[in-house]
Amino acid sequence: MSVLQVYNLKKEFGKFKALDGVDLEVKKGEVFGFIGPNGAGKSTTIRILLGILKATEGKARIFGRDVWSDAVEIHKRIAYVPGDVNLWPNLTGGEVIDLFVKLRGGNNKNRREELIKRFNLDPSKKCRTYSKGNRQKVALVAAFSSDADLYILDEPTSGLDPLMEQVFQECVMEAKEAGKSVLLSSHILSEVEKLCDRVGIIRQGKIIETGSLSELRHLTRTNLLVETNKPITGLPELNGVHEVEKRDQALAFQVDTEELDAVIKHVSQFGIVKLESAPPTLEDLFMRHYEGKGQTESGAGGRS
Amino acid sequence: MANPIYKRTGRLARLILRRDRIRIPLWLIGICFFTFIVPIAFLGLYESQQDRDVMAETMENPAMIAMVGPHDLSNYTLGVMTAHQMLLLTAVVVGLMSILLVTRHTRADEEDGRIEMIRSLPVGRLSNLNATLVVYTITHILLALIVGFGLYALNIESMDLEGSLLYGAALGGTGIVFVGVTAFFAQLTESSRGTIGFSIAALLIAYLVRGITDVSNESLSWLSPLGWVTKTEAYGVNNWWPILLMLGVSIILFIIANYLNAIRDLEAGFLPSRPGKKHASSFLQSPIGLALRLQRTGIISWAIGMFVMGASYGSVLGDMDSFFEGNEMMMQILASSGEGHSFTEQFLPMLMIVMGILATVPPVMAMNKLYGEEKKNHVEHLLGRAVSRTKLMASYLVISVINGFVMISLAAIGLWAAGVSVMDEPFEFGTIYGMALAYYPAILVMISVSVLFIGYLPRLTSLIWFYIFYSFMVLYLGGIFQLDDWVGQLSPFGHVPQLPVEDMTWMPIGILTLIAIVITAIGFVGYNRRDIHG
Repeated sequence: MSVLQVYNLKKEFGKFKALDGVDLEVKKGEVFGFIGPNGAGKSTTIRILLGILKATEGKARIFGRDVWSDAVEIHKRIAYVPGDVNLWPNLTGGEVIDLFVKLRGGNNKNRREELIKRFNLDPSKKCRTYSKGNRQKVALVAAFSSDADLYILDEPTSGLDPLMEQVFQECVMEAKEAGKSVLLSSHILSEVEKLCDRVGIIRQGKIIETGSLSELRHLTRTNLLVETNKPITGLPELNGVHEVEKRDQALAFQVDTEELDAVIKHVSQFGIVKLESAPPTLEDLFMRHYEGKGQTESGAGGRS
Repeated sequence: MANPIYKRTGRLARLILRRDRIRIPLWLIGICFFTFIVPIAFLGLYESQQDRDVMAETMENPAMIAMVGPHDLSNYTLGVMTAHQMLLLTAVVVGLMSILLVTRHTRADEEDGRIEMIRSLPVGRLSNLNATLVVYTITHILLALIVGFGLYALNIESMDLEGSLLYGAALGGTGIVFVGVTAFFAQLTESSRGTIGFSIAALLIAYLVRGITDVSNESLSWLSPLGWVTKTEAYGVNNWWPILLMLGVSIILFIIANYLNAIRDLEAGFLPSRPGKKHASSFLQSPIGLALRLQRTGIISWAIGMFVMGASYGSVLGDMDSFFEGNEMMMQILASSGEGHSFTEQFLPMLMIVMGILATVPPVMAMNKLYGEEKKNHVEHLLGRAVSRTKLMASYLVISVINGFVMISLAAIGLWAAGVSVMDEPFEFGTIYGMALAYYPAILVMISVSVLFIGYLPRLTSLIWFYIFYSFMVLYLGGIFQLDDWVGQLSPFGHVPQLPVEDMTWMPIGILTLIAIVITAIGFVGYNRRDIHG
């Protein structure tokens, strides 16, 4: 069952096309990673989902309701954390948390106190004195102390220290265990890799890749490190071999998954001493989509 | 500067001058221009001694003395008149200049971590404080000299060299005292807001103490530094003692600030910053509660301001008739309105226009705050939760509409209350209040235009201020320039019946209210349709 559905979403600001046909789906109980570089359209998409911006074209539904016309009803069941948390300088963190929880409706005092302790936040300080990380903690405490069905988190950890990032990840996992859904937009790919069931990659206002991490990996390259008795020859000329690099006695390179069989056969002729293989990291996937415009576009086109 | 704790004070002073190379000249030019233009204007307005004596008479009441201070009213020459009406208020502005500039180079720099950078260099511990003190003391000496010689150079008969120099010295001296006051509070508080807050409070208290004691017991005014300003009696007896007192107090404040700075840690203060509330009050937990909380201080200050303004207009009503008989320009403005009324009655509609338009400023600010919040990315927190756009905008509208009612009411109450105490035959409260309320629908129209801007063209919201300014210029000065009627009717204020000279007509009042409602509704439609940018 899907909690969030976006179909062919377009948004223009004057002549500038911020979104050019975005498709997304978040299912109940899953954590969906939404990744892409700055300016790709992540925040624009999220703001349309919140009914703050109006889509030029396309459909976006949360809990089966239209995000624009039923915004208030939808918001009773979602919690949102923006990436850049701007708060009122003359209110304290505690006051802002209470205000946010109250505006959503519902109240969970114990959860609030527990989260304040876990995130190590001093709620008696004015927001003026908070660092970026502390302002994010205010928004996170407000979000996770509310009993929402869908959490929309837009780069929520960019100012947190590693310890607090750990706490954040625990909170997301707890939400998931409770059967909640999460849309997590992030730059920190290791975090997405750790938390997300499925990932969508956006570039220039278009989703260019969606799927579970293992599906995405299957479509891409495996990292190999091979040490042989005899020097390997003819490797760069093979189909599907990339980024060959000499490391001490060994060769490191990447292989397109569909060519793996042929490449191993070729390499085994030289007498394998050592073979290490690693799945591509999300970073590899990500970089591959962004390293060069022309290359990426042909790659994306070939796959679909 | 042999002592290492003052090392490189000179260099830091040059840095301050470099950073303030625009600010200092702007303040000096502004204050000097203001100071020089007034006696020139007075020269045109009150040509004969007779004119000035009439003016002196209107000044002789407790409200005016509380506002501008006492002076020798029996010998009201042009110089005495300038010193009496302008010196104290200008001194307050000079004090404000000291507060803002000194805070900028002391606590604000420290709070932002710039002093930490400076202190990591081979620079003395007290160098920054003393560089600031030196630069602004010299700035104020310069101000004193420019004002002193400048006033003398106007070549006005009653403004001799000694009086002019004393006038300048009173301004510069006040400035130096508040350099010391601000430097002192910069050591006590931990934030630049705190420094500015305490220093301005000191300035206001000095003003109030002087006002109260000037009316009740003049010798007690020696308690307030601003009392010393009026005690100079520039162009009168020319009393130099207060200037010496100012310098003495400044030196003591400088020494205390240095001592406090020397014994404290960097970025620490002596007043502990108290922890705030851990929980929001139930009042705060709604969009309207939040909106009201954010504007609380501003609304209260405006409310006090409107009442004081009404009261100060009211305090001159008693001498109005005798005053106007000697003033041709005012006669000309008033001649355009009806006959068969006393000058006071004819003057009231003009007062009401000023009060009505001024009372429009705070409610329009309250409405525009909604867009201000959007620009600060605060609105997404609310709309991202279960708050509809209509509810959000309505919260600000309700505050704005009530705000406008309170402001115009307070101005009218102030006017009436002060009028009662000075007039032989005071107006009925109902007359004054009714006149003021007649402007309320026009205020509502202005608020609705603001709603319209926020709904459709939020980036142009500040154009509303041009419309308000236009209304003021056209209606207040329309009489002098003999403008056509339609020019004034472009403003909602142009349709308000000018009580008590004209009769009350309900038509325009009703139509203005209707227009306000329609424009507001259109604005709501737009706000529900457009993109929110934060």
